[in-house]
Amino acid sequence: MNSYNLTHLKVLESEAIFIIREVAAQFEKPVMLFSGGKDSIIMFHLARKAFFPDKIPFPLMHIDTGHNFPETINFRDKLIKETGEKLIIKLVQESIDNGTAIEESGLNPSRNGLQTVTLLEGIESGNYDCALGGARRDEEKARAKERFFSHRDEFGQWDPKNQRPELWNLFNGKKNIGEHFRVFPISNWTEMDVWQYILNEKIAIPSLYFAHKRQVVSRDGVLLAKCAHISLKKDESWEEKTVRCRTIGDMTCTGVSESLASTMEEIIEEVATTRVTERGGRADDKRSEAAMEDRKKEGYF
Amino acid sequence: MSESKGYLDMELLRFTTAGSVDDGKSTLIGRLLYDSKAIFEDQIQNLQEVNEQRGEEGINLALLTDGLRSEREQGITIDVAYRYFATPKRKFIIADTPGHIQYTRNMVTGASTANLALLLIDARHGVIEQTKRHAFIASLLQIPHVAVCVNKMDLVDYGQEEFEKIKSDFKKFASKLEIKDVNFIPISALKGDNVVERSKNMDWYEGSTLIHLLENIHIGSDHNHVDCRFPIQRVIRPQSELHPDYRGYAGRIEGGVFKTGDEIMTLPSGKKSTIKSIDTFNGEIHEAFSPMSVCITLNDDIDISRGDMLVRANNQPQISQDIEVMICWMNERKLIPKGKYTIRHTSQTTRCIIKEIKYKIDINSLHRLEQENDLEMNDIGRISIKTTKPLFFDSYRRNRNTGSIILVNEATNETVGAGMII
Repeated sequence: MNSYNLTHLKVLESEAIFIIREVAAQFEKPVMLFSGGKDSIIMFHLARKAFFPDKIPFPLMHIDTGHNFPETINFRDKLIKETGEKLIIKLVQESIDNGTAIEESGLNPSRNGLQTVTLLEGIESGNYDCALGGARRDEEKARAKERFFSHRDEFGQWDPKNQRPELWNLFNGKKNIGEHFRVFPISNWTEMDVWQYILNEKIAIPSLYFAHKRQVVSRDGVLLAKCAHISLKKDESWEEKTVRCRTIGDMTCTGVSESLASTMEEIIEEVATTRVTERGGRADDKRSEAAMEDRKKEGYF
Repeated sequence: MSESKGYLDMELLRFTTAGSVDDGKSTLIGRLLYDSKAIFEDQIQNLQEVNEQRGEEGINLALLTDGLRSEREQGITIDVAYRYFATPKRKFIIADTPGHIQYTRNMVTGASTANLALLLIDARHGVIEQTKRHAFIASLLQIPHVAVCVNKMDLVDYGQEEFEKIKSDFKKFASKLEIKDVNFIPISALKGDNVVERSKNMDWYEGSTLIHLLENIHIGSDHNHVDCRFPIQRVIRPQSELHPDYRGYAGRIEGGVFKTGDEIMTLPSGKKSTIKSIDTFNGEIHEAFSPMSVCITLNDDIDISRGDMLVRANNQPQISQDIEVMICWMNERKLIPKGKYTIRHTSQTTRCIIKEIKYKIDINSLHRLEQENDLEMNDIGRISIKTTKPLFFDSYRRNRNTGSIILVNEATNETVGAGMII
């Protein structure tokens, strides 16, 4: 074998860097969505690589639902402080206060759907013409049909049946005024690739991903962590378990899973043997067969 | 931890499949995903629930890839779906393209980045038109490897004769095409013969199983490591305290090998310099090759911007405004003769005019239809174009990255054509 071979992680990394650079070149005012989860942390890392030794030529934007794990927010603030990159925070609470978003009622009211409102408001008020996101095609079946460069109309809507063909490495970011793009540089990464990359590159991630003790309640097959936003039903009670997050989202809809994995190596071992998808613990996806597709059409990322 | 250590050394193989509902494609993909544990319990559970709702028995694997509501409702695949799986040796990306609607357009899309095309032939029906179309597109898109899986061998009593007949029929047809590396495998996706496990029913077959082929086929030469091509994506100028005078050229190596100290030439200016450094976030490297994304600095101050290209003076691409292209039309609005389009090639964007439609290809017979000069959606034909400024290109055959273009409709902004430079 000759020496001009790259490992699959290097190929995926190079592909993502290429796409992030294309975004900087093809759009006037891009923004990178940042949630504090592992995928957006990787995206941030790749963006730093893409423009090194320069800074990232666009800001990050966090759509903060107010339902985040406190660990996520602490991690986010520390990361921004250490790297000196620019972060914009948009609060779902503000959309609720302004009356553009309406809070759900119920036992664990989710603000997941409301994020779309705040996201679109954030994109519009900042005049951003492209939002980079860390979605992956292996996460969910509607995402498997997503392009790297995904066109959105003036209402931020996705039209899955009328997507632009995407060939070779030629990306078409042309659009009319008022329209924008969502771009997903790590489309081709799997959950395993992400973990391997974090290990390989020694990337810091929030402590939530490692096993820790936490008060939880089991509801509809999902373990929810104790927080102010979740009320118990009559027959439910909090119990302490050793858990970790496979994905990080809102406390109201992101399930934690029982796990003893407390190092990167153990997490990878667990991912390699686990038989349930990452989003299996997402209550937001369980709402219907096409839950993700419907949210994406409305402008969800 | 040896398993995850091995994972870090894996290569990436992209392959494309195409076919209709009943040729066993879903079953085959399902088997590859099952056996490599890429299908999860909650996905299976979800499939079972959906199938019960639809009143179907068993598990319909197509529902795994048909991600959109309308696809599931109509039981058809509309768009290319990407699936992922890994074995201890390699990671695989499958571009799964539908067999009926917009066949050519989707197949071409899936094929454009593939290392390998997986062609399925029903052992009972042999080489049919769909096989020919698929093989032609694999050839046109210069997919380096082709695996012809003769499926449903269980339905022809695992007969060697049937297999050999199909093999020779395919070879006869393929002799008119440019397919470099063809492998034939007799399989039964349903029963599992020669997919992951060697078949006990076909002692006469001495070749490898499908998974063995996918894991071991040599893909190291699929990239061009001969002709140095570095299209500039972006100029990196931090103008910071730490790097006040840094000026680097960010891009991806699209051909050849670049080393520190190498003499290079910049296009279109023709000015020469030498490589001062090849920088990455993880530190300086001394050698970079396709498909690495790097940042190159030069020893001389030259005016270089996006769309320019670094090459070697003694190995230059073609530089021209008149270009001959095989084009696959991808839009409902047909190609307009003498029409003007935006053209994208490497990191260049410019405009072009369609000078002439030379011929259209009947993709079933491979005949050139010289009288027909209408290119509609899913048609493939040869055109000549003139660009408003010179492009630096190679023939698609020599380099897929510097030999491919897309055309964009200037009114709708849609990608309407995919072209391979002749």
